Amino acid sequence: MSHYTSSELMTINAARLLRDGDVVFVGVGLPNLACNLARHTHAPNLLMIYEAGVIGARPNRLPLSIGDPTLVSGATGVCSMYDIFTLYLQRGNVDVGFLGGAQIDRFGNINATVIGGYDHPKVRLPGSGGSQEIAAWANRCYVMTPHQKRRFPAKVDFHTSAGFLNGRAERDATGVRGGGPQVIVTDLGLMEPDETGELVLTAVHPGIQPEQAQANTGWDLKVAPSLRVTAEVTDEELRILREELDPNGIYLKGG
Amino acid sequence: MTKICSLTDAISRLVQDGDTLYAAGFTHMIPFAAGHEIIRQGRKNLVLARATPDLIYDQMIAAGCARKIIFSYTGNPGVGSLRIVRAEMEAGRLEWEEYSHFGMISRLQAGAAGLPFMPMNQTAATDLERANPNIRRVVDPYSGRDVITVPALQPDVAIVHVQRADVHGNAQIWGIIGEQKEAAFAAQRVILTAEEIVDEDVIRSDPNRTVIPGFIVDAVCHVPYAAHPSYTQGYYDRDNAFYLAWDKISETPESVQAYLQEWVYGVKDRQEYWEKLSAETRESLRVTSRPAAPVDYGNY
Repeated sequence: MSHYTSSELMTINAARLLRDGDVVFVGVGLPNLACNLARHTHAPNLLMIYEAGVIGARPNRLPLSIGDPTLVSGATGVCSMYDIFTLYLQRGNVDVGFLGGAQIDRFGNINATVIGGYDHPKVRLPGSGGSQEIAAWANRCYVMTPHQKRRFPAKVDFHTSAGFLNGRAERDATGVRGGGPQVIVTDLGLMEPDETGELVLTAVHPGIQPEQAQANTGWDLKVAPSLRVTAEVTDEELRILREELDPNGIYLKGG
Repeated sequence: MTKICSLTDAISRLVQDGDTLYAAGFTHMIPFAAGHEIIRQGRKNLVLARATPDLIYDQMIAAGCARKIIFSYTGNPGVGSLRIVRAEMEAGRLEWEEYSHFGMISRLQAGAAGLPFMPMNQTAATDLERANPNIRRVVDPYSGRDVITVPALQPDVAIVHVQRADVHGNAQIWGIIGEQKEAAFAAQRVILTAEEIVDEDVIRSDPNRTVIPGFIVDAVCHVPYAAHPSYTQGYYDRDNAFYLAWDKISETPESVQAYLQEWVYGVKDRQEYWEKLSAETRESLRVTSRPAAPVDYGNY
């Protein structure tokens, strides 16, 4: 029995990927917690911006929706949605984007739109929101998702947002400015794209074997020769998450 | 000239069956009171456009007001699935036209600016472009590279909720200003609901805060709490408990119809709706004050 939940483990490992001074295009839930954890630890100058048009948010309470009023009070700026997607994202002013979806494939393409055919959906999902452009234009993208086979098929049913398409060269040929998915953080470890754009297992969390990740991935998951073990979750990281950021466990209870 | 009228009158005069409607406000100041009035007046065959259909369109679709939605994200924000929209789409009973948020907002921006379309950079994700023939490509005449285009959206009616407006419709908004200005300028007709109707001098004391000029507005309705269960910055909080409750209510058609009977058809207007909410709910939505530092425009 570990002393933390899967959600806490993923959030802490995602926070460690953020750098001081990063401009992060962030959603509610775990990405918001990861940014705030980074801000409270190694990245005090991290700047959070939200698709609703909020810049430099300093939420006093846990935001429960993407347009929560706590994001506005005390922020450094507010602008229209057209401005946030053009002046900030399209212009190239965003370092990091967080993405999520029902399915992520071998080349980091994400489906948040539909399971089954588009015109006759078996399961209709919410759709892109901001993610199609974030995935294309943020310098680095990160994903947090539990490691389950149904979430990691070899190919997604629909490209809501682009990873490396069928390989890194194919994304490069489109000329999109962003670097694509850099790390997929799961509850078992980290996956990163190799030189071809294929996601490979580069790290496992303490106590996890690479075979567990392979058994829960829908393609033949390669293990990087330099496979490492992620650093243990610290008491201080857990304290900040539990006592300061999500004291009611709204997002962190999971797993 | 005063444009003050009741919301009942504004909807009756300015929203027709078959109209394309944009109820503005990205999570913030969603004009629920107007949506409920449209349901009460039994409008049909509307084309409902909004980046996030949210609970307002879930309810209007459940009430049989719509034939089609135009959207970019159909979730229940912060909760999960928007069950009615989803079920209608899966069953093939509701037409839809889908964009990313940026595509949707670019459509409004083009409509507001009087342009035929808006260009956007490529994203490398082309499935939506294949699924929606309104998303196209043109060659940039300067670089020779492809850019993505979306057509202007010019709704028949935009409905915008604001913190304060004068009787002429000069409207001031603060907090999240998502796409209210663009929706108002893009639309043929504009209905405002306002938390407060203020003297023209109040508007003139802070001209930079005016987002919508009165001359493009057709009706100004004084409707406090019009955005509940969404929120109005500085006036009341988002009713997150109701957003969660809707997830349960919308599980069955029976409970949805019971909700509409009690909270929409069963009340005359927003004031009756607000007073019908429990004192506990109203109290939980109260916000404490955090005023901005005043600015000095100078007396010239």
